[in-house]
Amino acid sequence: MSSSPLANLVNQTAELLATIARLESIEQLREAEPTITGKRSILSALQKSFGALAPEERKDAGAQLQDARRVVEAALASRRLELSQRARAQVLLDDGLDLGDVVVSDVRWPASIGHPSLVALTQRELEDVFVTMGFTVSESPEVESDWYNFEALNIPPAHPARGLWDTFYVDLGEPETVVLRTHTSPTQIHLMEEAVANNSLPIHSVMPGRCFRRDTPDSRHLATFHQIEGLVVDRGISYADLAGVIETFTRAYFGPDIESRLRPGYFPFTEPSAEFEVTCTICRGGGCRTCSQTGWIELGGCGVLDPAVLAAVGIDGEEWSGFAFGFGIDRCAQMRHEIADMRALIENDTRFLGQFS
Amino acid sequence: MKISLSWLREFVDVTESTEELRSILDDLGLVVEGIDLIGEGLEDVVVARIDEIRAIDGADRVRLVVVDAGHGPLEIVCGAMNIDLGDHVPLAPVGAVLPGGFEIARREMRGVTSNGMLCSARELGLGDDHRGLMLLDDVIEPVVGVRLLEALSITPDVVFDITVEGNRPDAWSVEGVARDLATRLGRALASPSLAEPNGEESSASFASAGIDAPDLCGRLTVSVLRHVRVGPSPSWVVERVQSAGMRAISNVVDASNLVMLELGQPTHPYDAAHVANRTIQVRRARPGETLETLDGVERDLAKAGRGLGDTGEDCVIVDGDDVVIGLAGIMGGATSEISDATTDVLLEAAYFDPMSIARSSKRHGLRSEASNRFERGVDPQLGLRAAARFVHILRESCPELEWLRDPLDIAGSTPTPPTIELSERDIERVLGVMIPNDDVITILRGLRFQATSSGDRFSVTPPTARPDVRSGSAGIADVIEEIARLYGYRRLPRHVPTWPEPGGLSDRQKLRRRVRDVVVDLGAAECWTPTLGSDADFDLLHPGVARVRITNPLASDEAVLRATMITALVRAWVRNLERGTGDVVLAEIGTVFTHPDATPTPRMTKGGVSGSVTLSLPQENERLTVLLGREDDDATSAVAFWATLAERIGLADVVVRSSETATTGFHPTRCAQLVDRASGAVLGWVGEVDTVLVDGVNTSVSSGRLGLLDVDFDALCDKVRATRRSEFAKVPSRFPSAVIDLAFVTPTSVHAQDLAFELRGASEFVEEVELFDVYQGSNLPAGTRSLAYSVRFSSDDSTLSEKDVTHARRQLIARAELLGATLR
Ligand SMILES: [Zn+2]
Repeated sequence: MSSSPLANLVNQTAELLATIARLESIEQLREAEPTITGKRSILSALQKSFGALAPEERKDAGAQLQDARRVVEAALASRRLELSQRARAQVLLDDGLDLGDVVVSDVRWPASIGHPSLVALTQRELEDVFVTMGFTVSESPEVESDWYNFEALNIPPAHPARGLWDTFYVDLGEPETVVLRTHTSPTQIHLMEEAVANNSLPIHSVMPGRCFRRDTPDSRHLATFHQIEGLVVDRGISYADLAGVIETFTRAYFGPDIESRLRPGYFPFTEPSAEFEVTCTICRGGGCRTCSQTGWIELGGCGVLDPAVLAAVGIDGEEWSGFAFGFGIDRCAQMRHEIADMRALIENDTRFLGQFS
Repeated sequence: MKISLSWLREFVDVTESTEELRSILDDLGLVVEGIDLIGEGLEDVVVARIDEIRAIDGADRVRLVVVDAGHGPLEIVCGAMNIDLGDHVPLAPVGAVLPGGFEIARREMRGVTSNGMLCSARELGLGDDHRGLMLLDDVIEPVVGVRLLEALSITPDVVFDITVEGNRPDAWSVEGVARDLATRLGRALASPSLAEPNGEESSASFASAGIDAPDLCGRLTVSVLRHVRVGPSPSWVVERVQSAGMRAISNVVDASNLVMLELGQPTHPYDAAHVANRTIQVRRARPGETLETLDGVERDLAKAGRGLGDTGEDCVIVDGDDVVIGLAGIMGGATSEISDATTDVLLEAAYFDPMSIARSSKRHGLRSEASNRFERGVDPQLGLRAAARFVHILRESCPELEWLRDPLDIAGSTPTPPTIELSERDIERVLGVMIPNDDVITILRGLRFQATSSGDRFSVTPPTARPDVRSGSAGIADVIEEIARLYGYRRLPRHVPTWPEPGGLSDRQKLRRRVRDVVVDLGAAECWTPTLGSDADFDLLHPGVARVRITNPLASDEAVLRATMITALVRAWVRNLERGTGDVVLAEIGTVFTHPDATPTPRMTKGGVSGSVTLSLPQENERLTVLLGREDDDATSAVAFWATLAERIGLADVVVRSSETATTGFHPTRCAQLVDRASGAVLGWVGEVDTVLVDGVNTSVSSGRLGLLDVDFDALCDKVRATRRSEFAKVPSRFPSAVIDLAFVTPTSVHAQDLAFELRGASEFVEEVELFDVYQGSNLPAGTRSLAYSVRFSSDDSTLSEKDVTHARRQLIARAELLGATLR
C-alpha cells in the first residue's frame, strides 16, 4: 500500500495557519493568497495528487482535504477582516484632524451662491402678509394623536368625513391612535387649549407646517406638503370678518387685480364652511385650461368656528366666536411660479433650486 | 354624482344656460366638477353607405371610399380598414363641427379630393373605440341619409358631474339637487309619479319583517311585489341609469338604482323564493358568522377591526331561519339575488345607523353606492315613498305587477329632529349682516324645514332628511349656514377686522429665519428631503435603533420617519453630482424623530377615544444640517461655516471640541462637538461626512471630502443651553491699543479655544485674543503643538505704558503655564 498523500495534512494545515497569522497588511494578504488557498497552494497540489488513488480512497481523501481547506479559508477571511479594520483605523488616525485647532481666519473655502427653498420663501411671504395684518405665527408637532388631528375637530372615529383625509397611521400604541398630521389644524386645538389654560384669549394666529396625506404623488399633489392655517377667536367675529381677511390676504399676496370669492363647502370644524377661490392667475379670470374655463382657482377652505369645536376646548361660545382658514403653501408657490409639476419641489435638483432668491 | 339636465328638469323648471346653471350650483355648494354634453357636435353627422373602395396610387395607408349619404356618390379619403361594401358608417360632411370643435373641410390628398370624414365612435364622443369606423349595422338598422342623432335616438342632453359635500346626504339625489335649485330660483319643486299598493292580500299574509337591533336599524320597510317578470328595462330607464354612470342590468335592479339616484334611498330587492319563510329580520351579527357577498367574497362577521374604537359590530339581514343573507346597507348576499326566474320580490327600504354602516364598510373594505349614502344618513321617512316610486317604474315593464297592501313598516330608533330657537341677532352675529325675516322663512321652508317667526325670533325644525342639523348652539350654526348658502355667499358683506394685540414672530421663528438667511448667504441651496425613508437608509446611521414606523406606507421605502437629515442630504448631493452639479452646498432645516422607547423624553399628549388617555409620542427635534460638497470643501470649511453662523446669530462662545466618540454619520477622526462654553450643552456637530456613509449611498461616483454641520435647532433656541452674547454694547477705547503675538508650546490635550479663553481672562487689559497659527513639527516635544495668538491690549482710561503691557504679557504667560503651555 502506498502512503497516503495526506499523511502530512495536519502539519501542512498548521503551517498555513501560521503563515496567515504572520500576514501584516491587506497587500501582503493579497499577495500570499494564491499560495495559501489558490492554485499555487499546497492544498491544490494535494488535490492533484489524488489521481493515483482508488475511487474509494479518493472520496475519503477529498473529504479530509475539504475540511482542511475550510479551516484555512476561514482563518484567511477573519485575518482579512482584522487587517482591513486595522487599515481603516490607521487611515482614520492618519487622516485625523483636531478641529479645535482650525484657524478660521486661515480657512480658504470655495465661494458659491446660495438659494432659499421655494417653500420656505413662500411660507415667509405668507407669514409676513398675515403678520402685517396683526397675526402671530404658531407651530406644533408633525406626529399627532387621533384626538388632536380628528376628534377635537369634530371628526369622531369612523366618521365618513375622515375620507376627506387619507391618513398615514403611525405604528405606536393601539392601532390607528397616532397619525402623521393630515393638516395643521391640530395646532389650532393646541392654541385654544393653551389660551384657555392661560386665560389668554383672544387668538389671532396663523399656523404653517408640514402635513402628510396618503395620496399617490402627481403633478398637483405630494404626499408630504405644507399648509398654512389661520385662527381667530375674539369677541364679535363673524363670517364678514373671515371674508374680509381672505380678500385682504389675496390682494396682498397675489396682487391687487386678483380677487377672492367664497362658496359653500364642508369642514366638520367650521359652520358655515366655505371653499375659497381666487382669480385664476394664469388667465386673470378670462378662462383657461388650468381653471377649467371658470376663471377661478380653488385655493383653500375656511369657515366660522363650529360651536362644538369651541365647546370641546372649553371656550364659551356666547362670549367668543371666530373663524379658521387654511390652504397649501406649496400650492401657492405652484400658482405663483407656474410650476408644471409639483414633484420638482422634492427632487432637490440644484438646477431647480437655483431659480429662487 | 352625475345628473342630467333632462332628469333635473322633471323636478324643477330650469331655463338657465349650462354655464349659468354651473355657477348657481357652485354657489349652492354643489360643486360642478365637469360637464358632459351628450350629442354635442353630432347635429350634422349622417348615416352613409359604402358603395366603392378604391386604392389610391402611391398610398398604402389610405383608400378612396365612395359613399352615398342620400345625395349621390361622394368621394372620401379614409384610413380605416375595417369596412366592406354595403357597410353603414357615420359621415361628417364638409362644414360639420365635431365634438371638441374639430371642423371638417374639403381636402386634397394625393391628387384626390376628400369631401368629408368617416368617423370612429371615439371621434364622435360615443365611445372609446377608435380602431376603426363606427359600424352602424352592428347597433341599428341604418337608413342612408338619416341624421345620426335620430338613427341612434340620442337626445342632446347635459350631464353635470356634481360633488356633494359629506354633510349633505339630502342633496345626494336628483330630487335633492332640484330642491336646492328650486329654493334658490324661487320655483316650484315637482314630485315624481308614485304607485299605490294594489294587491288584494295584505303584505303580512305573505311575508314578515322585524328589527332586533333598533339602535342599528331605525326603520325597516318591506314591500311584497308579486308577478314580477325579470327582463330588460324600458329605454328611458336605461338612459337615466347610464347617464349617472351605472350599468343597466335588469328591470328590477335598474328600478332600484334609479330610485336611489333620484330620491337618495337605497333599496334592496330579494328573490322571495330564496328567503326562508319570506322573513327579513335585522340584527347584530354574531362572532363566527360568515356571509358570501354579491361580489363573491366570503366575509367574517362580528370580528373586531383595527380602527380606533372598532368593536367589530356588524348589522346584518337574516332570513326566517336566522341565516345571514345580507350585510345591512352595504351589500346583499349571493343566495337571494334576483335572477331571471324571480317572480316574487321582497323590497327592503330601510334606515341604518350611519356610524355602524361607516365602521362595517371600512372594516370589510366594501364601499357601495348604498353604503356611501347610508353612512352619511338617509332620510328615515323615505322608505315607503321610494318603494312607491320603485313600483311605478317597474310596472312599466311588468304591467301585471302586484304590490301587496299594507307594506311592512317597522320602527327602530331614529334621531328626532331638534327644534332650534334662534333670533335675527344670532344670524347677524354669525354672518355680519341682517337677512330680511321673509327671506329667512322662504329659504327654510323651501328646504322643507318647518319654520315660524314671531317678532325677531325663529323656531325651526329640520326635516328628517337633514341629520346634519344638530341641536342647541351647534344647530343654530347649522341653520345659519343653510340661510347663508341659499341667500348666496357672494351677497354677504366683507369686513376687515382689526384688534389691538400686535402680530409678529416668536423668538424661535425669528431665529429660524436668521439661520436660514445666513446659511443661504454662506452659499447653501436649501433642500426639502423626505420625512419618510426606508429601513435600509435608517440602518445606515442607526442600525438596530427603535424607529417610528408608518403602518400603511405608500411604498416600503417610505415607511420610517427619519432620525437624521444627513443621509437624505448625501443622497441629494450624490444625485446632483451624477448630473454634474455636485459643486454645491446643500442645507435643510427640518424635523427628525426619535421613537418614544429610544428617548428619555418622549412627547406626552392626549389621545385615545375622546382624548381620555395619555400617549407617548416620538420626540421631535428640529435640526439644521448642512452638507458642503464643493470642490475643496472639507471639515475646515465646515468649521468656518459654523463659526460664521454662530457669530451671525449672536452666540457668546461655542467651543469646537473634538470628541473621543464620534457621532453617527460623521468621519470618526474629523469631527467635533459644538459645546456652549457657559452651559456645557452640545449644540451640534461639525466635521466631514463619514466615508462609509457616502459609500453606502453612492456606488457609482467617486467623491472627495464632504464638509458636514448638524446643529440642534431646538438647543439654539434655548437661551439656557445656547448662551447669547450680551446685548450691552461696549464702546471701544479711544486710546491706542497695543498688539502682541504670543506662541505657546501646548499639550495636544489643551484646546486652543480654552487657552484663548484663559488668556482673555488673564489681564484686565485684554481686548481680544485670536488664534492665528497652529504649528506642528518634529522640533517640538511629542504630544505638543505650537499655538500662536494675536493679543490686543487696551485701557478705557489711558494709553497703556510699556510697563503695563509687559506686566499684562507676563500675566498671560503665567496663566498659560497653569494649563501646561510654555512660551515658545
Ligand atoms: Zn384660467
